[in-house]
Amino acid sequence: MTSTEWPLWEVFVRARRGLSHIHVGSLHAPDAAMAVRNARDVYTRRGEGVSIWVVPSDQITASSPDEKDAFFDPAADKVYRHPTFYEVPAEAKHL
Amino acid sequence: MAPTDQRADEREAAFYAIVDSDGRIEPRDDMPEAYRRTLVRQIAQHAHSEIIGMQPEGNWISRAPSLRRKAILLAKVQDEAGHGLYLYAAAETLGVSRDQLLDLLHTRKQKYSSIFNYPTLTWADVGAIGWLVDGAAITNQVPLTRCSYGPYARAMVRICKEESFHQRQGFEALLTLTRGTPAQKAMAQDALDRWWYPSLAMFGPPDSGEQVSGGHTEQSMRWGIKRFSNDELRQRFVDMTVPQSEVLGLSIPDPDLRWNEERGHYDFTAPDYDELFRVIKGDGPCNAQRLEHRVTAHADGAWVREAAAAYASKKREQAA
Repeated sequence: MTSTEWPLWEVFVRARRGLSHIHVGSLHAPDAAMAVRNARDVYTRRGEGVSIWVVPSDQITASSPDEKDAFFDPAADKVYRHPTFYEVPAEAKHL
Repeated sequence: MAPTDQRADEREAAFYAIVDSDGRIEPRDDMPEAYRRTLVRQIAQHAHSEIIGMQPEGNWISRAPSLRRKAILLAKVQDEAGHGLYLYAAAETLGVSRDQLLDLLHTRKQKYSSIFNYPTLTWADVGAIGWLVDGAAITNQVPLTRCSYGPYARAMVRICKEESFHQRQGFEALLTLTRGTPAQKAMAQDALDRWWYPSLAMFGPPDSGEQVSGGHTEQSMRWGIKRFSNDELRQRFVDMTVPQSEVLGLSIPDPDLRWNEERGHYDFTAPDYDELFRVIKGDGPCNAQRLEHRVTAHADGAWVREAAAAYASKKREQAA
């Protein structure tokens, strides 16, 4: 049976209108339609969602943890990107 | 020191830095091979327990005493299948395939919880499983929601939320029996009598035994996989369950059970660990039946898996 193992899908669920889809887990299914049906039965048995996305796992490109430091370095020394970096007089309101 | 050794040391240091600061290890992180192997074994065993655990209760779906109880039981057994899936998916992030894991179960190379090798003789057993077996499982599983391996911890969060329904429905089913006829109450007591010690045994061998037999607990605690020892969890379960048995009006089959003011815990008789080891080794009342049923169900479902795969590939060809 090893040769017929169904492909792996990542499942994303929108909990309710106004929220993004978030990753909830994964499952095996032969095709996208079955993946959506199985995701409904596995991940939304108690009204956890109003919309489901499924994505073939092998279609996801990820940053590698190995290069984590170097990859995210450019943001590390740019504290001036945060509003708290700036000192303004207390009298200046709505800033 | 050779550069590769130094690199390995740095990786190990990075792993322990995360674990020691109560951080989470994620699938693509470097991890010691022994940590990975321990997790695969534990998560797979946990997943196998979920799907084998469908059998003792599934036994009563067609004979549930009312439509309400039948609907509840169906939902519970469906949940167990879902729990198995969350856990298999977590194990697969460690580089093993679903087919490999099922194969290891079917060929007895991996185990499942010994509790499911006991038979469900009466309807009250379904209630006792929900109350005691799921109660013990929750006691074991709540600390696992803080396990150092991210995918396992996340699966456990989801599972624990659902287990709470399982335990309450079991308690309610027993409560209904204890408020019924004397025969119904006797049936509930009989179920408690048979499930009490096997439930205590679910927490595994006593701590002293573990230290003698190689210290799995200590290593798992070092890795942040396990948070409490077997005996601590067993005590927690007893302390929770005894007052519940009083609400039910049932007596726990232990003449030495009593509140120990000094310790602030109940003293109780330990389960028969020799029996536990015998059942784990395969000599329980239902070991052969459970596995045979599982293997047959898998083989009987082969044509469905093949048909779905064939249909998907035909659709792909038509679209191309």
